[in-house]
Amino acid sequence: MVMKRILILILLFFLPCTAYPLDVPPLRGHVNDYARILSPATVQELEEQLSEFERSDSTQIVVLTIPTLAGENLEEYSIKVAETWKIGQKGVDNGAVLLIAKDERKVRIEVGRGLEGRLTDLVSGRIVRGEIVPRFKQGDFDGGVKAGISAIMAVVRGEYKASSSDLRHGRKGAHPAFTLVIFVCLAAVFLGALSRVLGGIAGAVGFPIVALLAFPGLSLLILALAAVAGFFVGLLLSFLFSGGGGFFGGPFIGGGFGGGFFGGGDSGGFSGGGGDFGGGGASGDW
Amino acid sequence: MKRLLFVLLAVFVLSSLWGCGYNTMQANEESVFAAWGDVEAAYQRRADLVPNLVEVVKGYAKHEADTLTAVTEARAKVGSVRLSKDMLNNPRSVEAFQQAQGQLSSTLSRLMVVVERYPDLKANQNFMDLQNQLEGTENRINVARTRYNKAVQNFNTSIRTFPNSVTNSLLLHLTRKEPFKAEEGAKAAPKIKF
Repeated sequence: MVMKRILILILLFFLPCTAYPLDVPPLRGHVNDYARILSPATVQELEEQLSEFERSDSTQIVVLTIPTLAGENLEEYSIKVAETWKIGQKGVDNGAVLLIAKDERKVRIEVGRGLEGRLTDLVSGRIVRGEIVPRFKQGDFDGGVKAGISAIMAVVRGEYKASSSDLRHGRKGAHPAFTLVIFVCLAAVFLGALSRVLGGIAGAVGFPIVALLAFPGLSLLILALAAVAGFFVGLLLSFLFSGGGGFFGGPFIGGGFGGGFFGGGDSGGFSGGGGDFGGGGASGDW
Repeated sequence: MKRLLFVLLAVFVLSSLWGCGYNTMQANEESVFAAWGDVEAAYQRRADLVPNLVEVVKGYAKHEADTLTAVTEARAKVGSVRLSKDMLNNPRSVEAFQQAQGQLSSTLSRLMVVVERYPDLKANQNFMDLQNQLEGTENRINVARTRYNKAVQNFNTSIRTFPNSVTNSLLLHLTRKEPFKAEEGAKAAPKIKF
């Protein structure tokens, strides 16, 4: 029992300081029909339209349908989805989410900060009332979503232009932390030429700093582990490079640390660009 | 062996120095101020909306002078209770600000109940637009308040935990900020239903 508690405590130490809400479904594409109310043809058509729109305007618009809110407030759930998915490009915040809760018969347009100028609460409200709700009332989900999306696109078209750097923010290419790792390794080698211990210290100080820069929410224990690992890597490096020339060109660092620890982030496919939401938009029911 | 121990000790001292939190605490305080700015903007937005709303309702619901006067008065009160970012560490001024805003929230929700009795008004395009704007603004206030509270919690924790607490008491002298408390009926206030 005591052992179990200690184990749990230790595990808790490894948790990063930021937590993510669990009940937001994964972002699968521009159209996420989890309630299964749209026909495959509509999903495909919308997906094409919205991808094309993102390519030309960089503005991201996403549809999410869920079977039920499970007692949660529509507005609170909606902002949670927006915060988790981070729709819209970072810095300009040009994202919008059309959320439909089937059982509660509720619909909401959540508007990113960058689009609030055109897609105001008033305009979103009119789109919900005038385009979406009347069609939903007749059971025409395909038509309602299509009409709503084209109205949103018509309102925000031209507000932003896509530039090549705007899209896919550095999603390709090495993580910047990788450069820092190489820098720390070099420092360890140079200091290690003076004294092996000095090389070890360089690694022990450098690695936690790099780790913290790469992942700002790390727990102290992980940082301490990074320090210990860095110390041994630094020691090894200085040993390899200062001890007799025979080791030169041997299989050093091996990229295991850099690749395994700092890799990831590029999952391919569609993802939010880091846009911010402030709670703008409008809700309605049918 | 002795050497290794010395090195480990050096690592510990270095990492604890590096983690004194001097910059972190200041950054956290700035994010509290930024979050506060959003809260203020959201409340201001609502205050700007109220006169329009009162004007539209007046045209249809002349008999509801009492409710309308209450809204107008609460709106005037809100305009007079200012809370600058330097006053965020003062529980009493935060309380006063929250009370004034809460007063406006409750008179507004009362107005929305009253409006229920006027079908013509409810069908008015102007009114429906205003209603959307008010809903959006209430939602923005909610979001801004939640984010402000998160920032405050983050800041308060960062100045109270070791070793930041030492740095703070020696160098920075930052004081605790007041979070928003959930008020009576605040949970229900943004729910405006027609």
